[in-house]
Amino acid sequence: MSSLWNELEQFLDDVEKPARYIGGEDGMIAPEHSPEKASWLLIYPDTYEIGLPNQGLQILYEILNERDDSTAERSYAPWVDMSREMRKRKIPLFSVDTHRAAGEFDILAFNLSAELVYTNLLECLDLSDVPLYSKERNAKHPIVIAGGHCTYNPEPVADFIDLAVLGDGEEVVGEISEIFSHWKSKPEKELDRSELLKELAELPGVYIPSLYEATFSNGRLVSISPKLQENIANVVEKRTISDLGAWPYPKNQLVPLTEVVHDRLNVEIFRGCTRGCRFCQAGMITRPVRERPREQIVSMVEKGLKRTGYDEVSLTSLSSADFSGIENVISEVMTQDSCSPVSVSLPSLRVDAFTVDTASQMQQARKTGLTFAPEAGTWRLRQVINKLISDDDLFAAVESAYSQGWRRVKLYFLIGLPTETDEDTLGIVDLAEKTLEIGRKYHKNPSVTVSVGGFVPKPGTPFQWFGQNTEQELLRKIYLLRDAAKKIKGLKLKWHDSRATVVEGILSRGDRRLAPVLEKVWKEGGVFQEWSEHFNIDLWKNAMQQEGLSIEDFSYRHREQGEVLPWDHLSAGLHKDFLWQDWRDALNNQGLEDCRWTPCYDCGACTGYGIEHVVASAVPPAGGSQGTGVAALQSSETMVLISQTGTANNLQTSGVNE
Amino acid sequence: MKCLRVRYTKRGKIRFIGHRDVARIWERTLRKANIPVLYSQGFSPHPRISFGLALPTGFESEAEYVDIYLGAEFFTEGFDAILIQQEIDRALPTGMNALAVGIVSTSEDSLQEAVDSCVWEVRVSGVCVEEFKKIRNDLFSSESLNIERERKGKLLVEDVRFQVHSMDIAEEHADGVTILTELGTKPRVLRPTDLLKRINSELRTVRVLRKEQLTLQGNHRIEPLSVELNPAAPAEVLA
Repeated sequence: MSSLWNELEQFLDDVEKPARYIGGEDGMIAPEHSPEKASWLLIYPDTYEIGLPNQGLQILYEILNERDDSTAERSYAPWVDMSREMRKRKIPLFSVDTHRAAGEFDILAFNLSAELVYTNLLECLDLSDVPLYSKERNAKHPIVIAGGHCTYNPEPVADFIDLAVLGDGEEVVGEISEIFSHWKSKPEKELDRSELLKELAELPGVYIPSLYEATFSNGRLVSISPKLQENIANVVEKRTISDLGAWPYPKNQLVPLTEVVHDRLNVEIFRGCTRGCRFCQAGMITRPVRERPREQIVSMVEKGLKRTGYDEVSLTSLSSADFSGIENVISEVMTQDSCSPVSVSLPSLRVDAFTVDTASQMQQARKTGLTFAPEAGTWRLRQVINKLISDDDLFAAVESAYSQGWRRVKLYFLIGLPTETDEDTLGIVDLAEKTLEIGRKYHKNPSVTVSVGGFVPKPGTPFQWFGQNTEQELLRKIYLLRDAAKKIKGLKLKWHDSRATVVEGILSRGDRRLAPVLEKVWKEGGVFQEWSEHFNIDLWKNAMQQEGLSIEDFSYRHREQGEVLPWDHLSAGLHKDFLWQDWRDALNNQGLEDCRWTPCYDCGACTGYGIEHVVASAVPPAGGSQGTGVAALQSSETMVLISQTGTANNLQTSGVNE
Repeated sequence: MKCLRVRYTKRGKIRFIGHRDVARIWERTLRKANIPVLYSQGFSPHPRISFGLALPTGFESEAEYVDIYLGAEFFTEGFDAILIQQEIDRALPTGMNALAVGIVSTSEDSLQEAVDSCVWEVRVSGVCVEEFKKIRNDLFSSESLNIERERKGKLLVEDVRFQVHSMDIAEEHADGVTILTELGTKPRVLRPTDLLKRINSELRTVRVLRKEQLTLQGNHRIEPLSVELNPAAPAEVLA
C-alpha cells in the first residue's frame, strides 16, 4: 500500500475546507497493515464534519485496530469540488489516516444512518474504482459492507452491497475479520468470493442480499426468501450486545483539528429506549435498554476530558434524562478537578420541569436555547404516537426554562402523523402561543422557534404500514401553520423541505426495484441529497418515472396486514403481531407505558434473544411522568436539584410540586 | 499585567487547517497542559488568548505567536519556562510545536500591531535560476510596484514596492529556486504569493514557510521571541 499524500497536497489549497482530507486527529491510530490481516476502510458517506463525530464508526475503528487479525482506517465522502479534482487527476477515494487508496483495502464498510446518503454510497464506490453492482465484483475487489440503522431495510441498496450487518457491531466485526483473514490466507487461485459470502452468511446478524430472491407480481413484492439450495436463515436476526459495560468505547475519542458537528466529548450512557414512541425507529430497533455502569461513565468522562482538552461533555443516549440516577451522575461529572468550567449536555431532553432544572445546572455559562420535542400539537395525537407528554408537562418545562434565564425555547414537531387532523396541526401553534404567554411573565421579548418536520414511516415500527402524507398534503399543512403563526409576535416557524421528505419516504420502505433509480440519480449528479443546496427532486421523479415506478405506490399507500414487506426477512426482534397490535392501538388513541417500569409486553426484543433490560433502578425517574404511569404534578416524589458554586457542589432537595 | 507568549510552528499536514481551527486547538491545548488561562466575563466566557498575524491556510510557519493571559500568581510561584514549554509542546498536535515561551507585559502593543515585517521562505518552480535573478533585479531597480487588492468589496491599486525589504535565493533547484524574502506588513500584509504572481505570472509557488515575524525596536527589527534563547527539539513532522 502506498500513500497518495504527495499528489493530494499539490491541490488541497484549491479546494474548500482542505482540513477535511488531512486526518491527523488526536486519537488517530497508526495502522499496522500486513497481508494476513483483514484491512477495513470505514466510510461515512457524508462530509467529514458530519461523519467524523459518528460514535459507531469510532467504536469499530478502535475495536478493529485492537485485534490481531484486522486493521481499520477511515474515509468520508469528498465534497463535490474535491471529487471533481480527484477524477480529473485520477486519484481514487482515500483514507484520511494514511491516505491509501480505497481499492487497496479488503473491506469497505459504510455507515448508513440516513436514506438520503444512498447516492453518496454509489459515488464513493465509483471513486474507489469498485464496480457498483455486487454481482460485477470478483475476488480482487473489496467486500462492500453496510451497517447502521438503514440496514433494517437495505433493500434499495441490496444490489450494491455484498453484506449488511443488523444491530450492534461490536462483536460481529471481529467475527467477520476472523473469517475473512482465514479466507485470505488461501492461495490466490482458490479465492472464491461466493464461498466467502456463504461462510459469512452463517454469522448471526449478517445479511447477504445476493443469497435472497425477491419476487414481484403485478407490481407488488410477493416474497423475499433464501434462494433455492441455500442453507441460510429465512429471517436474519439483529445482533445485540447484552452488556454495554463490557465495551467502554471509544476509549480515545477522535479530536478533530477542524470544526465538526457535536465537537465535544461524547460518552454513551445507555443504548436502547423503551419509551415506545411509535414514529421512532431508533427506539424500536435498539431495544432493550442497557445502561453503562455509573462508575464507568464517570471514569470515561474524567479520562476523556483530560486527554482531549474539551470543556464540554455530552452524555448520549436516546433519552438521557431517563438514566437511573442521572442527577448523581451529572453532579459527579461536574465536580471533576479541572481549571476551567466543564459543561454537561444531554442531547435528548425529556419534556418536563425536572429535566430543565437539571439542564440549568449543567449549562451554567451558555443559556443559549433549550429544545423540547412534544412532536404533536394535541394530547390526542400524542397518545396516537405514544409520546405521552401532557400539555401541563410542557408548560411546566417552559415555565421552568424561562424562569431560570432562558429566553429562547425551541419546539420540535412532526406533521403528517397517522390520524392527524387540522385541529392537531393547528394545535402546534396553540402550544407555541401558550409557551410565549408563559415566557412573557419572565421576559419582555421571549421567543419560540417551532421546527416542523414531515413524518416518514420507518421499517420495524408500528407505523410501517402507514401511508405517508403526500408532498402536497404536507405543504398544505405547512401553509396552514404559516398563516396561523404569522399573527403571533415572537413565534418563528421553520419547516423541512417536504420534497426531501418524499424521497426519504421512497427509500425508507423501498425495495430492490430502486437500484436503477439510485444509479440514475447518482449518474445525473445527484449526490449529497441531504444538503439542500444539492437536493434535486426532479432527478428522483424522473428516475422513478423512467423505471415505471410510482411514488404513490412506494410512499403514499397504506400497507395491508397480510402484505409482504421488503424487510420481512430482517428482524430487530420485535414480533410483527406486536407491531400490528401497537398500530391498532395507535389508531384507537391508546398509549402504551414504558416497559422499563411496567410489566413486559413481550414485544420480542428481550424474550426473543434471552436478554433483559440492564437498568440500575427499577423506579421511574424523578419528574418524568410520561409513559411511566406516574403523573408528575400529583407526585409526592422528591426532586434533586444540583447547583454548583465555584468548585463546591451543594446538593439540595426540594419539593417538586410547583 | 503579564501574559505568557509562546512561539510555535505549523508544519506538515496541519498547514491546511484555518486560523479559527488553530484558535480552537489552543483552547484545548491549554486545558490539556493545565495552564490556568483567564476567562473573559460576560454572556459567553472564553479563554483570553490573542494571536499574531493570521497565517493563510496552506502556508507553513516556524514563527507563530500566541499571548496567553494569566493571573499574576502564575508567574511568581516557581515559574519554570522550560517546563511550561514542554507541557504545552506535549499537548499540541503533530506539526505544531512550542519553540519558546517568554513573559511579556500586556501594556506593550498587541502582537498584531507590533509586527512590522515577516520573513518568508518560498519554494518557487517554473523558473530557472538565471531567469529568477533577472526578475529579482528588475524588481529592485524599479521605483514602484502596483498591486490590485480587494478591500471591503472595492478594488484598490496600491504601491507595495516599499514593503519588499529583501529577496534572496537560498537554494537552487533543477526546476526553480527557494527564496528568502522579507515583506512589510503595514499598512496591509503583503503575501509572498501575491507578490510573486504580480511580478511574473509564470512563477508557481510550491510551498511557503513563515520564518520570522519581526517587530520594530528603534531602527532594528527583532523577533518577539528568539528561538536560540530557548530551543526545543521539534517532534517529528509527518509529510
